[in-house]
Amino acid sequence: MPLELAAKHGRTTAPADLGRSPLAIRGLTVSYGEKPAVFSVDATFAPGAMTAIVGPNGAGKSTLLKAALGVVRPLSGRVTCWGRPLARQRGRIAYVPQRASVDWDFPTRVLDVVLMGLYRELGLLRRVGPEQRARAVACLARVGMEGFAERQIGQLSGGQQQRVFLARALAQEADLYLLDEPLAGVDAATEKAIIAVLQALRAEGRTVVAVHHDLATVPDYFDRVFLINTTPVAEGPVAEAFTQANLQAAYGGRLATAQMGAVV
Amino acid sequence: MLWDALTLQLGYNATLVTVGAALLGIAAGATGTFLFLGKRALVSDAISHATLPGVGLAFMVMVAVGGDGRALPGLLAGSALSAGAGLLCVSALTRRTRLSEDAAIGAVLSVFFGFGVVLLTVIQSMSAGRQAGLETFLLGATAGMLWNDAVVIAAGGALVLALTVLLRRPMTLVAFDPGYAAAGGMDVRRIELAMMGLALAVTVVGLKIVGLILIVALLIIPPVAARFWSERVTRVVALAGAIGGLSGYGGAAISATAPDLPTGPIIVLVAFALFLASLLAAPGRGVLAAWLRHRRHRRRVHLRQGLLALAQGQPIYEALTLRLLRRAGYVRADGVATEAGRAQAAKALLDERRWQILRGDPAHEAAAARYDGLTPPERWLTPDQIAELDRHLGPEAVT
Repeated sequence: MPLELAAKHGRTTAPADLGRSPLAIRGLTVSYGEKPAVFSVDATFAPGAMTAIVGPNGAGKSTLLKAALGVVRPLSGRVTCWGRPLARQRGRIAYVPQRASVDWDFPTRVLDVVLMGLYRELGLLRRVGPEQRARAVACLARVGMEGFAERQIGQLSGGQQQRVFLARALAQEADLYLLDEPLAGVDAATEKAIIAVLQALRAEGRTVVAVHHDLATVPDYFDRVFLINTTPVAEGPVAEAFTQANLQAAYGGRLATAQMGAVV
Repeated sequence: MLWDALTLQLGYNATLVTVGAALLGIAAGATGTFLFLGKRALVSDAISHATLPGVGLAFMVMVAVGGDGRALPGLLAGSALSAGAGLLCVSALTRRTRLSEDAAIGAVLSVFFGFGVVLLTVIQSMSAGRQAGLETFLLGATAGMLWNDAVVIAAGGALVLALTVLLRRPMTLVAFDPGYAAAGGMDVRRIELAMMGLALAVTVVGLKIVGLILIVALLIIPPVAARFWSERVTRVVALAGAIGGLSGYGGAAISATAPDLPTGPIIVLVAFALFLASLLAAPGRGVLAAWLRHRRHRRRVHLRQGLLALAQGQPIYEALTLRLLRRAGYVRADGVATEAGRAQAAKALLDERRWQILRGDPAHEAAAARYDGLTPPERWLTPDQIAELDRHLGPEAVT
């Protein structure tokens, strides 16, 4: 981690060592059938930074996140969070899955979805009280959705659904936020709102890692980038790692020249 | 007669059956909701059919060790074991092979059921098996129900219900968003097995009353009916329990009014009647309500389009539009606009022009998203904002 970046976020960590990294992955391989979706990936995400995971379609971006969290089972590899096994640190990690991964006709209201972020804390028996409800409403307010608490989730637009998912993650008050394509198919207002929330999280010293598909906005939104195409291609501050050569290596012939223009 | 049955005055046996069926229905409805919401409803079909070989084997074992082959606890334990084996087969086939779940369900269901039928046939030929009456487990039989049987059913139903309430949060989360549940450290597979295990318990408990073929109906129909009435999981669960309980109670009572009415099938028919009522009459998701909403919307659209056509002097071809305009008093029988019609038409056109300005202005993005072609902009804007819009329109348009 370059020093000026560290200084910017009030941290003096040395180049990300395993013990400090909120998410360190070693030798991770996940196969669907007999084709590895990610192969032998080492990744050490910097604390207090906003990192974009970038790569072509089918490069294993989402799979990397899911395997890091144990949502899909890796064939090999080890994941540590702040130097300890993932299982011990679950309470400090919030995950925002892809919006399309759930059935939005499920009988539940917006507020109930946000309250799901507190299930871990509530356990099986404790009732949802006014304090929890107030916290959930506050999280909705942070994503600009406080007026929608009583709505059925099926009545929301795509961007609103994505904000509700983010609010659920906020309710966990985690230290590490992992987001799978949070900006895919959302309107411009939602994109702005989500990025503002993520940047606020970073300002509080929390770590944000997001799968991101829009190359043009990477330098504006993120301070670090992790390029992957089944195997890791490059990792580092945007200024150093988000180069034409690295992108060419990650995307091969699939990188449109228009996108390249946006990068350079 | 039916009143006597409903108020539990038809004697000891009928009362036992009615109360037992009500409890079973509540447990089945509540448990089935999570299967239904997790899109696993048909797994219960495999589970229930997989109970049959267990019934046969348990009978043979109990006779072989010299006991009473018909002891209900033994038969239920046997059926639970073989249903559990069937459940694990479905789960393993789905996870370890490329078979989809519906194919795995079909395979397991038919193989286990076939094996069960073979066992029952063998038992029929055994000397001890002649009077076993095991085939009553197919469709349920309540005629000879004993106090102990009722206690087993009541206790089992209550236990299942308690576990369902206890596990409602993990089961809701796994049904809605398994990826998020797993990321939070939940063992999704274990929760799913628990979900199906509860359905298994309901099936086993319900064998005596409803029988293995129809228990699926009691697991699926109440949640499907309840879903029409509510948009919240907790309420759907409670309503499904209520509908299941009502079906059990009502069905058992009706079947007690005549000697040859089968209990299980009548319970299912009562459940179906409640489903039908929900499908038709529920507000919001019900068919009738949806039809009425569609009709009202269509009328608004036609009326609006008709007014805009009047304002611009365009001909109106659609009969429905003309009829609506006439009925509202906006045009005369000969198709000429009335005084009121001209005023309304001018207003509709003004609304449309205001919207046009509004939607072309990036400053009004939020308001512009509300445009539906039907609602006047005053609905969303203050009089000051309207006046601002009208400045762009020019004076002659606003008169």
